[in-house]
Amino acid sequence: MLLARVVGMAVATQKNEKLVGAKLLLVQPLDLAGQDRGGTVMAIDGVDAGIGDRVLLVQDGKAAMQTLGKGLAGVDAAVIGVVDAVDLPGGEA
Amino acid sequence: MLLARVLGTVVATRKDPALVGSKLLLVQPIDARSAPIGKPLVAIDSVGAGAGEHVIYLKGREAAHPFLPGDVPTDAAIVGIVDQWYAE
Repeated sequence: MLLARVVGMAVATQKNEKLVGAKLLLVQPLDLAGQDRGGTVMAIDGVDAGIGDRVLLVQDGKAAMQTLGKGLAGVDAAVIGVVDAVDLPGGEA
Repeated sequence: MLLARVLGTVVATRKDPALVGSKLLLVQPIDARSAPIGKPLVAIDSVGAGAGEHVIYLKGREAAHPFLPGDVPTDAAIVGIVDQWYAE
């Protein structure tokens, strides 16, 4: 998984029916210094995360489908945790 | 998934029979600030998206799921049309 920050949300009324009801978050993966790590990813929200939250991003279809809970579906990424703290021997990231 | 912009369509009359009837879109994945991510590629449409529209781009094995029970050979699909997005 990746540490990431929720930077936005997307609205899509016309979409695959299994995505109906899923919140579509725009998530920016982060490195340990909190800097951007690659481009933003769109992920379904599994933990009611809000904009600005630091979260746990999983980029795998099976995990995303499990989060969505509708069997075989067209998803490949999900936010599955809100990160309170990162404990590093060198102090909090 | 990724945000993406539909650049155009790809026509391929001779193709895998399982692709017959599918619309092939040329898309450019973008980030939340509309900057391109990687280079354009071809994805199968599942929601009637057209050139110029912003869409939800899905890659990997799951890209075939919107077409179940049909068995469509694809590694990328468009699964939503984005009306708007907001990003800090």
